Amino acid sequence: MKKFWQTSAVEKTLATLISIVAGLLFGLIIMLIINPPMAFGGLGAIITAGFLEGGSSMGRVLFNAAPLIITGLAVAFAFKTGLFNIGVSGQLMIGAFCAVYVGVKWNLPPSIHWLVALLAGVVGGAVWAIIPALLKAFRNVHEVVATIMMNYIAMYTSKMLIEATIYDTVRQEAQQVVVGARIPTMGLDQLFGYDKINGGIIIAIIAAIIIYILLEKTTFGFQLKAVGFNRNAARYAGVNDRSNIVYSLIISGALAGLAGAVIYLVSGTGMKLETSYVISPYGFQGIAVALLGMSNPLGTLAAGFFFGYIEAANQELQSWDFKREIIDIISSSIIYFSAFTLFFQKYARKVVAFFSSFNKPKGDKTPPSGGEIKPNDTLSLEGGQENGK
Amino acid sequence: MANSKMFFQNLLLRLKTYFTTKRIINFAIVIVAYILLAIFTTDNMYSLLRLTLYSSIPLALVAMGGLYSERSGVVNIALEGIMMFGAFVGILVLHNLQAKNIDGQHILFLALLIGGIAGLAFSLLHAFASITMKSNQTISGTALNMLALALAYFVGRALSSAGTEEITFRDNFRIPSIPLLENIPFFGPILFQRIYFISLFGILLFVVMAIIAYKTKFGLRLRACGENPQAADAAGINVTRIRYIAVLISGFLAGVGGVLLIIPTTTSFKANVYGFGFLALAVLISGQWKPTRVLVFAIFFGLLRSLANGIALVQQDFESIPFLYNIIRALPKDILEMLPYVVTLVVLALTSLKSRAPKAAGEPYDQGKR
Repeated sequence: MKKFWQTSAVEKTLATLISIVAGLLFGLIIMLIINPPMAFGGLGAIITAGFLEGGSSMGRVLFNAAPLIITGLAVAFAFKTGLFNIGVSGQLMIGAFCAVYVGVKWNLPPSIHWLVALLAGVVGGAVWAIIPALLKAFRNVHEVVATIMMNYIAMYTSKMLIEATIYDTVRQEAQQVVVGARIPTMGLDQLFGYDKINGGIIIAIIAAIIIYILLEKTTFGFQLKAVGFNRNAARYAGVNDRSNIVYSLIISGALAGLAGAVIYLVSGTGMKLETSYVISPYGFQGIAVALLGMSNPLGTLAAGFFFGYIEAANQELQSWDFKREIIDIISSSIIYFSAFTLFFQKYARKVVAFFSSFNKPKGDKTPPSGGEIKPNDTLSLEGGQENGK
Repeated sequence: MANSKMFFQNLLLRLKTYFTTKRIINFAIVIVAYILLAIFTTDNMYSLLRLTLYSSIPLALVAMGGLYSERSGVVNIALEGIMMFGAFVGILVLHNLQAKNIDGQHILFLALLIGGIAGLAFSLLHAFASITMKSNQTISGTALNMLALALAYFVGRALSSAGTEEITFRDNFRIPSIPLLENIPFFGPILFQRIYFISLFGILLFVVMAIIAYKTKFGLRLRACGENPQAADAAGINVTRIRYIAVLISGFLAGVGGVLLIIPTTTSFKANVYGFGFLALAVLISGQWKPTRVLVFAIFFGLLRSLANGIALVQQDFESIPFLYNIIRALPKDILEMLPYVVTLVVLALTSLKSRAPKAAGEPYDQGKR
């Protein structure tokens, strides 16, 4: 029987933890090179970010985590179908525009206004994903290049749309959404004593659960994953691979649009749509979250909390004289190291084997029966004894 | 006597077989097009074409880097990041040399070389991850893109005195003209007037690398590794070594391309290479992993990209045709800037169905697999 600590999930988690530690060490080295006396303080600030000021720090972690979780889900969902959606940023920008447009221009009762705006964001993101989806399914255009191009097109399109419809010429950014269109705080601001937090985190958690059920418990999810594993085999088994590719990217885009709505449907002091020539960085952070979460919806949820946690170090880092890019350096190097999963997993296996050897009664030399642990080491020892006879 | 007569007859026969009707017509078309271009290209259009060159050469070079990497079997999405890193280091060197009052063409070449070496060093990370560690090449590439951006911002900010991430340099490297060569009709004004030496060097580098990839033993081995690494291995080729070399070459070319992109187009580097690494990937794919087609598409995309800034230049040439003139004037700049990306999508949609990537691209080499 396989013990809990010998399952592949534990190995994967251990491998992820190794890559996180490696990433943090790399960040420390960079900080040591740039500003040696402050480096360890900076690292400390990153590690303790979520607890420095009690409740309000935790509130900040949750607030940061919400968009990261949703964009992470968007990337992870496409990953499951074997598609790499780098275009989450573009879908997010278009979704955000649609949500903010509804939030500024439409007159609806406050109780449903934010829901409608949220839905508009979802639709906007989904529509933007249809183009690369169709190109991939019917014209064999590689989705990585197609979605990158759609990012740039989205950047210019959303700039032109904002300037044509909801532009605040004085502040040179989009107008504020009306109060009823803002995502309600759902009592979280009272709970954590942090006034910026809103219901975004609850939306994110619900989205993660829905995606988990969709992928793991439905036929549709099974078909999507089948196409991801082997497109030809899935087609041979009677799955329509083309329509599944289209659905997968559309759902991924819808999630990206949802993230855009969650980020920008906030009060006047929060984020506002700008009209500069910059592609939203959230999509790329979403890639990081999905990769760290191993494209599993629940893993993505955990990874989103982790990145939200180190993001919260932003303010504290300033006092240690470091700019926020050190966080990006750390998270990108974590992703780089997490690409070594296979390699780390081997070591994680050894660590597990080492610790589980303590639990065994003395003299018991039978190798663990778990298939993943190579019994070679013990076997060769015994073989040697036989030869000696 | 008879001998020489035979010779001439032979020559005549050879010429006759070479100059088939189709060939003659093709030659005629090229010559007529060349003469027409030489006559009707206005000074403003020459300016536009020079602008085109500034983006086409880096695009072609970086796409050539991608060609090396993918032909050897390693997908290199990290091109954007490598370009960013190469440009960052190269421009930093330039900035520091100029701060010490050293100036002249040679420091430009030095910056180019160091940018290339920086790109090579950075691509080592990708090579290590994707060849030695056999990890997912897309993940590693994406991580390196993010890392290069963050590093360029972070280090740029730490080094610049004003606390901005900008690195500035003085651009006095443009040479007015190269004697004799500038008099070649059509090509003279584009390639040999008001140009940078390094741009010409870039063209030379592209040609040399194309020849290496397609006319040498090394090139053949490289392409074999990307098509069927197991067979290549069986034939005695060290797949790991060839792939390492290929990725490092692609890093060098991307680094050089990064410096080549920044110097003519701006005087301050701000951790931005305008998505050229990704565009180069698109050029590579629409060019079907072949040097000549890659060059054609690089020129095409370069032209589209330069339209946004260059349209004002050619505008007055169309004054005599009111219809076109009005259309050009009415086009918003954002639409023009968006154009290259839209056209890329359209071209990809038209060409991708029969697209044939190197067979083993994206797969780590596993000796035990067949």
